Amino acid sequence: MKTGLESPPPPPDTPEPVATCFRVPQGRVHSIESAGMLDGPGIRHVIFLSGCPLRCLYCHNPDTVCAENGGLRHADQLMVDVARRRAFLKGGGLTISGGEPLAQPGFVKTLLTGAKALGLHTAVDTSGHLGARVDDEMLALTDLWLLDIKSFDPVTYKRVTGVDRGPTLAFARRLAIRKRPMWIRFVLVPGLTDAVENIEGVAAFVVGLGPAVERVDVLPFHKMGEAKWEATGRFYSLGATQPTTPAATEAARAIFRAKGLKTF
Amino acid sequence: MQLLEKPSSVSVSAPHSPWRTFATGLWNDRVNVRDFIQRNYRPYEGEGSFLNGSTKRTVELWGQIRELLARERRAAGGMLDLDTAVISGICSHPPGYIDRNLEVVVGLQTDAPLKRAFMPFGGYRMAAAAVESAGRTVDPATTAIFKHRKTHNEGVFDAYTPEIRLCRSVGIITGLPDAYGRGRIIGDYRRVALYGIDRLVADKKEQLAQATAAGLTAELIRDREELSEQIRALGELRTMAADYGCNVSRPATNATEAVQWTYLAYLAAVKEQNGAAMSIGRIATFLDIYIERDLAEGVLTESAAQELIDQLVLKLRLVRFARTPEYNELFSGDPTWVTESLGGMGVDGRTLVTKSCFRFLQTLHNLGAAPEPNLTVLWAERLPQGFKEFCARTSIETSSLQYENDDLMRGYWGDDYAIACCVSAMRVGKQMQFFGARANLGKTLLYAINGGVDELQKVQVAPPMTPILGDVLDFDEVKPAFERMMGWLASQYVGALNIIHYMHDKYCYERIQMALHDREILRTLACGIAGLSVAADALSAMKYAKVHVIRDDSGLAVDYRIEGYFPKFGNDDERVDSLARWCVETFMAKLRQQPAYRDSVVTQSVLTITSNVVYGKKTGHTPDGRRAGEPFAPGANPMHGRDSCGAIASMASVASLPYQDSQDGISYTFSIVPGALGRDALDQVNNLSGLLDGYFASGGHHINVNVFDRATLEAAMAHPEKYPQLTVRVSGYAVNFVKLSREQQLDVINRTFHGAK
Repeated sequence: MKTGLESPPPPPDTPEPVATCFRVPQGRVHSIESAGMLDGPGIRHVIFLSGCPLRCLYCHNPDTVCAENGGLRHADQLMVDVARRRAFLKGGGLTISGGEPLAQPGFVKTLLTGAKALGLHTAVDTSGHLGARVDDEMLALTDLWLLDIKSFDPVTYKRVTGVDRGPTLAFARRLAIRKRPMWIRFVLVPGLTDAVENIEGVAAFVVGLGPAVERVDVLPFHKMGEAKWEATGRFYSLGATQPTTPAATEAARAIFRAKGLKTF
Repeated sequence: MQLLEKPSSVSVSAPHSPWRTFATGLWNDRVNVRDFIQRNYRPYEGEGSFLNGSTKRTVELWGQIRELLARERRAAGGMLDLDTAVISGICSHPPGYIDRNLEVVVGLQTDAPLKRAFMPFGGYRMAAAAVESAGRTVDPATTAIFKHRKTHNEGVFDAYTPEIRLCRSVGIITGLPDAYGRGRIIGDYRRVALYGIDRLVADKKEQLAQATAAGLTAELIRDREELSEQIRALGELRTMAADYGCNVSRPATNATEAVQWTYLAYLAAVKEQNGAAMSIGRIATFLDIYIERDLAEGVLTESAAQELIDQLVLKLRLVRFARTPEYNELFSGDPTWVTESLGGMGVDGRTLVTKSCFRFLQTLHNLGAAPEPNLTVLWAERLPQGFKEFCARTSIETSSLQYENDDLMRGYWGDDYAIACCVSAMRVGKQMQFFGARANLGKTLLYAINGGVDELQKVQVAPPMTPILGDVLDFDEVKPAFERMMGWLASQYVGALNIIHYMHDKYCYERIQMALHDREILRTLACGIAGLSVAADALSAMKYAKVHVIRDDSGLAVDYRIEGYFPKFGNDDERVDSLARWCVETFMAKLRQQPAYRDSVVTQSVLTITSNVVYGKKTGHTPDGRRAGEPFAPGANPMHGRDSCGAIASMASVASLPYQDSQDGISYTFSIVPGALGRDALDQVNNLSGLLDGYFASGGHHINVNVFDRATLEAAMAHPEKYPQLTVRVSGYAVNFVKLSREQQLDVINRTFHGAK
């Protein structure tokens, strides 16, 4: 049965795009935040897509992991809402988040094309794991990549996400070479990602990416997603982990700032 | 007809003349403050870096006032002291001071700070009840007077029909100003500073001389009596000012006098009228002209200029009225609506922002957050960026500001309008309104379903109409029944208002405020609705889901069970937003069909102030899923928690409501968690400013901006003594959160807080 949905992800280690990504008119949408002010510059219309190949232990939107949790929506229909609210989005724009947007690259491309037609700034919030699905055209349609680097230490990365770090780092390097603007995001989880060597590792890698990295967001771990884990019936392994203290967050930010990175 | 001679004109060239250096124009020959402003003000396009802190004596004075405020919060009935004998008037009390050595601007409502005046003309019984709620009794000699003197409230009840009384007691119409001062009239207090009393009296005498014709009609007789009262009130203002050592017979000669004269004129109004809302108007840019002249002449410093505004604002923070517990339940937190409108653009494209608009906002930084004066920013797309950012920063730090759409209102009211109370625009000195509280749209819908029987009292209130008999509510059957019920309600409602304002003009006329108006003015009859989102969501549920009716033994629909999904107001969903618009347009059309007192133009607002709680209490289960007794959403807000697509979707729904059919204003109260506005202070300021730009560009009319989280409010409930200045914007005004009743506090906490996802 034709559903308008896309094929399963390619093998994770594919270094470069395998083929041109074709536009798809509809996709699985989890929800909309009409006034996101943390996911890119200015005020953002944020479309959360559903479906994600990662299984991050600290995921704060676990209800978006499963593709079937999203309703099938038409890009045209979504963009009509965006167009009507354009007055709010000056200086801001459209952010596609999830879930993992690149699980539906053709749909993402359609949305980005629509946003560009409205003259909006565009951002994609991704783990980079499926970066190989991004073709050159999508690179050009995306003004900003919000790229999560969940850990630098490969063992920790795998433990946190269930997948290897390779594709993410490869995608980051590709964005750097192509000079596509990036905001790097790193979630600081006590006892999981907060080892100093790990933070140092992320920071050193990010510095190596050069000027394409505009800023780094160090995000303290919080437990607001816990109730959603319970609702999805999955076991939340971080139940005993305490939220990151402001002091620890500031210390981690200092490590990035010491390397000359603009860090929030 | 004999024209009175004008007083000798004031020179604009003589070195010590009050009008020296001012550009001349129409304003020299006729009372025309707008013309004076346009020819003399200096727009300010910069940012707030020029601003100063408070002077030492202001800090000291504020320290003393804070102690008084703390004592007031602990006092019986929340009233520090009140007069129980002297009937308040412009000259009723000797001058009062807080600390004479520290006060740069003088004048109190009575002879002591925070001592509330006895103002019985709105209704003697209510004034006495207010005194009793503070554990005191009215002086017997004063009581004796009111055995012979009728008041507004008695007049109204002499004329009310049984049907209106019933509407009032079941609560389908609530909050009517039939027992308290109607307020919402803004005298052009600037006139006293610009022209002086002598000139204004001469002007009024000329109007009186002209108010004659062969065969005097009732209207002319009324005009003549009112003009005579106005002239008398101006004389009393002159006397009261003289008691404070100010000669307001002549125009103000410098900034200190301009501030003082303007304040004294306002003070005369709040000594005489216990109005529900006593706005001060739009004075900042007017006063700025005097401040700029003094700065240029080298007789004033920036610090002294800020001191003037700080001290004026301190006086405005002290305005008080004695009110009853029933009144406080409706309008919670002791509000006075000393609304000052700041900013906006001129019709010629220049901004009306001046440095003094910044100085008014700066008082919130210098003296801390406060609910009064009710600072209202008239927002326009082309306002200077520096001003927009300063406003946004002030909102984020104090939650004390409201914003209204100047680009929208300028087309209706020009560029010298001000906001009365919360959201009502009126041209200053050229327009007044007959305040009309509001009708309960949620209950009206229930009456449509039950054929005019009240769902709680179970009595026939409206004339019997065929009830909806089906087990499932049929949208196409309910909607026309609702419209018919609106028609009945409109006739009762406007009838009640006609009686109220007839009697208010007769027994409680606003002499000094009307003396500071032109003779020919536009009057609006300002109706209002509550429960818009309840009605819209209920209609949506009928149309898009299935609403089963649950009946009691007598067959009365008393509850509803909704099966299935329906779109809810506040998510930018046209399917339900169009139903909300239909409610506004339809009720307005019904109101327009009613004959209105004194040729007034009927308008309406979508505004509840804090009465959304009382309205909810008096309304049974509604077909949108709201339970009986639960508060309505305030003003035009979506119901609590039902706007689930984020701030912009919520704003877009409200912005889609038609101002042309709600010209008295559409109030929206917005609360956001600071962290959701952006990662740092700069982002937060820019994003809030961007939200306001977007909301107003989309046609939004009014917005209260609150930036805090629930935890702060919960902490303030637990430890009120630690949060004396925590200010919260409710519906159209701000309050000290700790002064709200527990019920109202919970209502604020339960509202939608836009947060980060």
